[in-house]
Amino acid sequence: MTAMITIEGMTKVYKMGDIEVHALRGVDVTINKGEFVAIMGPSGSGKSTLMNMIGCLDTPTTGRYALDGIEVSSLNDNQLSSVRARKLGFVFQQYMLLPRQTALANVEMPMVYRGIPAADRKQRAALALEIVGMGNRMDHRPNELSGGQQQRVAIARALAGSPAVILADEPTGALDSKTSEEIMHMLMQLNREQQLTIIIVTHEADVAAYADRILTIRDGVIIDDRRNQRGAA
Amino acid sequence: MTELRRTIQPVATEKGGGLNLGETLRVSLDSLAANRVRSFLTMLGVIIGVASVVSLMTLGNGASNAITNQVASIGTNSLTIFATSPASRGPGGGGAAITPLDMSNVATIESLRLPIVGPVPQFTSSSTVIAPAANTTANVVGTTATFQEVQSIVMEVGTFISDDHVRSVAQVVVLGAELKQDLFGDGVAIGETVRIAGKPLRVIGVMELKGGGGFGSLDDQAYVPISLAQQRLFSARTANGQLRVNTITVSVLDAKNIDFVQERIEMALRDQRNIAPGAQADFSVINQAAFLSTLTQITGLLTTFLAAIAGISLLVGGIGIMNIMLVSVTERTREIGLRRAVGAQSRDILLQFMIEATVLSLFGGIIGVLVGSILPIVLTAMGTLDAPITPDSVIISLTVAIATGLFFGIWPARRAANLNPIEALRHE
Repeated sequence: MTAMITIEGMTKVYKMGDIEVHALRGVDVTINKGEFVAIMGPSGSGKSTLMNMIGCLDTPTTGRYALDGIEVSSLNDNQLSSVRARKLGFVFQQYMLLPRQTALANVEMPMVYRGIPAADRKQRAALALEIVGMGNRMDHRPNELSGGQQQRVAIARALAGSPAVILADEPTGALDSKTSEEIMHMLMQLNREQQLTIIIVTHEADVAAYADRILTIRDGVIIDDRRNQRGAA
Repeated sequence: MTELRRTIQPVATEKGGGLNLGETLRVSLDSLAANRVRSFLTMLGVIIGVASVVSLMTLGNGASNAITNQVASIGTNSLTIFATSPASRGPGGGGAAITPLDMSNVATIESLRLPIVGPVPQFTSSSTVIAPAANTTANVVGTTATFQEVQSIVMEVGTFISDDHVRSVAQVVVLGAELKQDLFGDGVAIGETVRIAGKPLRVIGVMELKGGGGFGSLDDQAYVPISLAQQRLFSARTANGQLRVNTITVSVLDAKNIDFVQERIEMALRDQRNIAPGAQADFSVINQAAFLSTLTQITGLLTTFLAAIAGISLLVGGIGIMNIMLVSVTERTREIGLRRAVGAQSRDILLQFMIEATVLSLFGGIIGVLVGSILPIVLTAMGTLDAPITPDSVIISLTVAIATGLFFGIWPARRAANLNPIEALRHE
């Protein structure tokens, strides 16, 4: 197994005025290529901070982080942008689609920042939309799509650039339970059939249950790391 | 449940290093097009600003050209001599009597044998001009045959005053085009008799319209032999028995001799009129070229001043752009966060917002140039004013418009570029 994510002794301290907030107090974790991992924890546990670190949106105060062989902790803002563009696909709770653009244009958007030629971009976006079952709605705008369909478009957007890791932050947070099930099932399938490394951040146990491995974080440290039978089954 | 038949392949071709200009332009245009009404209202400030700069500059130039053309039509090679009161030129002036110019001064200039056309004396008086069907008050200009050459007068019909008319004190008159229209309408004037100062004068010619109107117009005057004006129509005798003239005009054949001719005339007249060396002369010689350049300076200044006032509205338009761009940055914070999260560098965001501001100001500038051209084109077509759209007014106002967009766009764009992606994503 190849390590996709290696985190060693990661801490993060925020200064809020005179108060120092220790959001992460020493996290050590390794996630292998092709794993489907859920990060759980109550609010204020440091789970969002850890997600921002893994997503290269923030840099740790101390410790080291390697993503797909790249030492991220020492990179500057531009280099971090570049790593995000190449290595990561984001799925957000609120879908975050550009409201006035078609599904296809939304899926294409991140690839624009990588300088991928337009024809190639369109082809990839169309394929990604087909994979998530939105091939017949490419020209629809977000307001013409249901919440579940919008989240599928968002997943296609994360998928299209062939990222090393898909990072989903409460991907079912805005969906009803039936749609949630469909979305989680789709992520699971993507993990199996495309050998994608997927990390979801959630506070719902039944969402986390789809993952192979569940990390639980509390007060800035990982307190539990276990294999999940149902996901592995 | 969907069957996942196909796999996403790794990316083979990517340039990296962020966006290119074309892509950014497309992104910017998309977001401007998505908000058409707002984009237009934002542009309106620039449209009005540029339109007023263009129309005021063009109209100002047109008016300035009209004025200088009229002065030039008098002849930039010409020198005009008239009597002044020496005391009136100094502080606390007035009081001292003016010694008028007279025919002896004309003779003196003639005797210098200078490379000039003229001298042309003029003795002008305002008088009622009575035609068979109408009458009006006009300037009656007593002058000589050379006046026609010096003023480049073209006759509509008939002839101008001749040397013979002057010698024989002939009772003839030449009418300016507008004066003819006032007195005879569209009828025939040649051969008719008009009465000036009680004397019947035969109309021997009508001048072609010189145009322009107003300032220094030759079109609404009557022209008679100077001898007639001085001896029969009006009282022109001076205290020492000479015949008075108002002005003497000479046209210098070659412009480079103007200063030399002016100096010679001044010296001769000072001598004749007994002005002590170093004392203030009691006459002035006006150089039309110098007058013209002063006039050009004044009208140029006026045009610049008008354009500067119009520029203020352009400034206000720029502030409008800044305001809307700031609102837009706030509204689109989540979009910015998303773009940053998926890999946009902060300079991509900077470029996107800068381009949006620049596109707004450039389009506003282009529409402004079109709108601002309407009035000058209409006025030119109507013949009211010859005000062609000059390339420099278009280039200047477009440059200023784009500069305005860049200047007022940079602050909002920097704010957008410096947003923290994590906070931007969470923005409600």
